[in-house]
Amino acid sequence: MKIDKERLAMLKEIMALDFSALELNLYLDTHPRDQRALALHNEYDRKLKELKGIYESKYDFLTHKNISECPWEWIKDPWPWEIDYEMGGK
Amino acid sequence: MWIYEKKLQFPAWVEGCDLNIAKLLFAQYGGPDSELSAGLRYITQRYNMPIPEAKAILTDIGTEELAHWEIIGTLIYKIVDRATPEEMIKAGMGPHYIQHGRDLYPHDAAGVPWTAAYIQAIEDPITNLHENMAAEQKARTTYEHLINSTKDRGVIETLSFLREREVVHFQRFGEALRLVQEYQERMKHYK
Ligand SMILES: [Fe+2]
Repeated sequence: MKIDKERLAMLKEIMALDFSALELNLYLDTHPRDQRALALHNEYDRKLKELKGIYESKYDFLTHKNISECPWEWIKDPWPWEIDYEMGGK
Repeated sequence: MWIYEKKLQFPAWVEGCDLNIAKLLFAQYGGPDSELSAGLRYITQRYNMPIPEAKAILTDIGTEELAHWEIIGTLIYKIVDRATPEEMIKAGMGPHYIQHGRDLYPHDAAGVPWTAAYIQAIEDPITNLHENMAAEQKARTTYEHLINSTKDRGVIETLSFLREREVVHFQRFGEALRLVQEYQERMKHYK
């Protein structure tokens, strides 16, 4: 399923940021005192929260933990496996 | 607890309709070294880990594996979605089509259903972590076999991402193993 260009670009940016934060999360699990990694993790996390907020108010919920209008917005298509990611990471 | 996020970890894409690779991708959906085995193995093993670093890494990698399971499911879904039953049967997916249609099902590339016998949890954290390191290597090799079996650029790019994750997981489990060994060494002196 095609989604509009601007939305796809923002979604991919969220996915990339989220992945960076997760990679640092795993690294920090076994290096909990690494201050550089911690600072980087916190920076990504801050950017991510901001971007997710914009995406959720503009397009669609990322989790059900949102205040919805009627009808319940969480069920909106498309679901992640249906989206056409157009050449993926590029 | 877990919460679903309405996004994939990686923008999984397919170029064409390579049904042969769709059939083989079931190795990672419901095979012995699949993402499903990995996720359930780590999440099951975490309860008796002796140090917080190990509880965290098993929880977090286990969770990530379920996101990889979703990526494999997405690749298969996207390929099969474009196929007719005749095409599926011609590509060797006849048995899958007859029993599951275009739905996913946790079986391996040969149709053998997933079983908990693929995974172990045996309390000893050293033993468990060694199993996990071996599992990551087996998954890496499976991805290499899969990458060698298709020309679809989307599938190759997506599988390359997943292959790299196995390398990182192996590294993190190795670090957790070292931390557990150091912890056990320290504990000996207090006895
Ligand atoms: Fe893994």
